[in-house]
Amino acid sequence: MPLDTSIKTVLIIGSGPIIIGQACEFDYSGSQAARSLREEGIKVVLINSNPATVMTDSIVADKVYLLPLNVESIEKILKENDIDAVLPTMGGQTALNLAMEAEEIGLWNEYNVRLIGVDTKAIDKAEDREKFRLWMIEMGIPVAPARIANSLLEGKEFAQEIGIPLVIRPSFTLGGTGGGLVFHKEDLDAALEKGLTASPIHEVLVEKAVMGWKEFELELLRDAADNVAIICTVENFDPMGIHTGDSITVAPAMTLSDTAFQLMRNTAIRMMRALGNFAGGCNVQFALNPETEEIIVVEINPRVSRSSALASKATGYPIAKIAAKLAVGYNLDELKNQITQTTSAYFEPALDYVIVKMPRWNFDKFKGADDTLGFQMKSVGEVMAIGRTFPEALQKACQSLENNATGLSFISAQRMKPEELLESIKRPTWDRIFKIKEAIAAGISIKTLREITHIDRWFLYQIQDIVTLENKLKEIKHLDKIPADLMRDAKQMGFSDEQIAEFVKDCTAEEVYEYRKKLGITRVYKMVDTCSAEFEAKTPYFYSTFL
Amino acid sequence: MPATQAIIVPAYLLLEDGTFLKGKAFGAKGTSGGELCFNTGMTGYQEVFTDPSYTGQTLIMNTVYIGNYGVKAEDVESDSVKVKGVICKNISHRYSRMTADDSLENYFVKNNIVAIYDVDTRALVQHVRNKGAMNCIISTEISDPALLKAELAKVPSMDGLELSSVISTKEPYTFGNPDASMRIAVMDFGVKRHILQCMADRGAYLKVFPAKTSYATVKEFQPHGVFISNGPGDPASMDYAVNTVREAVEDNKPLFGICLGHQLLARANDIPTFKMHHGHRGLNHPVKNLITGRSEITTQNHGFGVVPEAAQNSDKVEVTHINLNDGSIEGIRMKNRPAFSVQYHPESTPGPHDSRYLFDDFIALIKKENNLN
Repeated sequence: MPLDTSIKTVLIIGSGPIIIGQACEFDYSGSQAARSLREEGIKVVLINSNPATVMTDSIVADKVYLLPLNVESIEKILKENDIDAVLPTMGGQTALNLAMEAEEIGLWNEYNVRLIGVDTKAIDKAEDREKFRLWMIEMGIPVAPARIANSLLEGKEFAQEIGIPLVIRPSFTLGGTGGGLVFHKEDLDAALEKGLTASPIHEVLVEKAVMGWKEFELELLRDAADNVAIICTVENFDPMGIHTGDSITVAPAMTLSDTAFQLMRNTAIRMMRALGNFAGGCNVQFALNPETEEIIVVEINPRVSRSSALASKATGYPIAKIAAKLAVGYNLDELKNQITQTTSAYFEPALDYVIVKMPRWNFDKFKGADDTLGFQMKSVGEVMAIGRTFPEALQKACQSLENNATGLSFISAQRMKPEELLESIKRPTWDRIFKIKEAIAAGISIKTLREITHIDRWFLYQIQDIVTLENKLKEIKHLDKIPADLMRDAKQMGFSDEQIAEFVKDCTAEEVYEYRKKLGITRVYKMVDTCSAEFEAKTPYFYSTFL
Repeated sequence: MPATQAIIVPAYLLLEDGTFLKGKAFGAKGTSGGELCFNTGMTGYQEVFTDPSYTGQTLIMNTVYIGNYGVKAEDVESDSVKVKGVICKNISHRYSRMTADDSLENYFVKNNIVAIYDVDTRALVQHVRNKGAMNCIISTEISDPALLKAELAKVPSMDGLELSSVISTKEPYTFGNPDASMRIAVMDFGVKRHILQCMADRGAYLKVFPAKTSYATVKEFQPHGVFISNGPGDPASMDYAVNTVREAVEDNKPLFGICLGHQLLARANDIPTFKMHHGHRGLNHPVKNLITGRSEITTQNHGFGVVPEAAQNSDKVEVTHINLNDGSIEGIRMKNRPAFSVQYHPESTPGPHDSRYLFDDFIALIKKENNLN
């Protein structure tokens, strides 16, 4: 269906203040959506309580309201403007909740405003854990085994049934208060007691913890004609048990066979089609058992999310921009690929590079905070790096963290003894990857590291390759003795000139630069073009790499 | 990509237009030439390498890594590797998939496949995109471009090349449940294993015939439907196959063709085919079904196509599917016969399963035409 011309003015709800767990990604999606709608001649009215955003610049929207994100503000806007539709999927959970609240008190109805890009029933089904779980079971889609328990005895019975490790999730508590992980039988009673007490209705969800399974995320777009495309598949370097926002993530998926991937793709599409009737972006998370390749669904988010912003940057496919166009009536097969401008927007981007996202934490600013990573997101930002090898992207990401990492080397990790490293790696923390690298350098086997961390061996092998190359450089000791092939390998693996200078010790980073320039080893620039060079790109962006 | 291999062996790549590149060798040692083409898929390398339609071709893998998840006995489309050679950016010498049987490198050694990595695949893809398909040669033995050029000259041109009868099964064989009430005759021009699986899974008993089997012999199987398979080579060189298709169509047999089978059905209806500039190979090509209005993401692998104007103007067929990127003809059906075909691969191994409904359509058509339940 082409553009719905009955929509002349759209209200976009922003995401409010930047907090840990919800940062500028929604500013990015909101701004993209506003521009996308205005391109269609639609007037955009925007509400956000946070003035420190791009979307509240007067050039992004036709009219900007800097007001608290509550129903009173919404009503004021509806009174002052002739709004035809509201797009609540660009401002994260905050915007969705507000739209739902307004829906419940009949505000949209009263002012004759349509909710676009979303289905309220879909939100209810996706966000309520128990409803989601029952819906999955009804569809025959595997989820982690779980049971609702109302007493200690019941809880113990279910725990027996499901087996350890377990997650105890109390019902109706804020921010997961009273919840926890149970790794040992003897801790079960205490954890159940704690959870039951924390819940106002004395109820907990006893859920199997699929610790150590691999975690994947699919970013999808769906239009009103039910066309679905997977825009990006993201693999978490860290296995299940660490919040995606706190995980190092990689795109495209690096360790997935086609059979495993198609199973996820089929499942995600089935879920999206059964979820309700909406046009826009969606994210589905899966866990995969590496031994059997069985998968379970972790969750579905029927909106533009933190990972859609990453997926957009990673693939060159502007998810929010296209999602906004789908919300006002277009179908995917009626739109053009924004980068090639000649091919269809209905396709699945093909990548010929590797993306690594690394979170950035600021524990030094939160004295006394527990720096163990787990179910709650603790990072305050993230960096994304592009390379033609995984080590290159990984080391570029490390170099961009704005801490004192020069690559996959970090000073504090180097001071630990092997046994200390091993002990320390058991607990996931922000600097674990640096410690893993040091552990490999100290001769700890990939097998041991895999058993402790459950990180896929492929990633550990890559880190081992980094260590091997680093050792080769260290053995050489003189810059002018580094052969061209080795220098080229080092640059292809993302070693900075500064790192190389640290390893050979007799030179500065500038001298490394001059030396490799003489060898003809200099940066080249490659495109992010959505299509692996199959088609000519009109508006690509570039990253640097070494050939 | 720097490897942890003990010894790095150089490999050389020469294209027909004189482009000469040095990289690193993996797989078997030797010299091997084929038609240069590229595949943009990010998963399913083993399925791709064993796909008979790639016979005679040297494949650039656009994706940045191959080999990460090793190889597995079930993930094949035929009993051997069919590509002539592989060109890629990075090869994973070590893999992580717990259910895998071996590494890709060992698999290539066993299948005697010469491959080259650590070349600028992106630049090479752009080169093919601009200059079109051409022959190339990979060698781990010959580093002199002049000597390599002499070897390259021996590689046949894909234009006018008939390969199906070479790779087709030599003897007929059956597939699926012999007690099934529905029988499909499969003309093997290089059929992918999962195409057979898709039909057997839907309750058909199949008999797969060598490419040059006469239709009279095929009929002895008393098939309820005829399937015209995918395969390598130029459909313009396959008059024998076009005749088989014509006879089946005239016999009013429900008929379904995939890829080469689509081109053969077109030729049987006097619609010519042509050699494309550089073809479609990947897992992300959008196709619109003009009958239902729905679109699908498809797996593609073809270097020849059906002439669009001739298909659009034909009084015998109607165009059912088009490519959303370049408007090329993706599907046709005959107006007064139970026959249809698609240019892409609905079995989609590897690739998205969006188009598997076409097998349901074929089964439904067979049931309807034969009054089966």
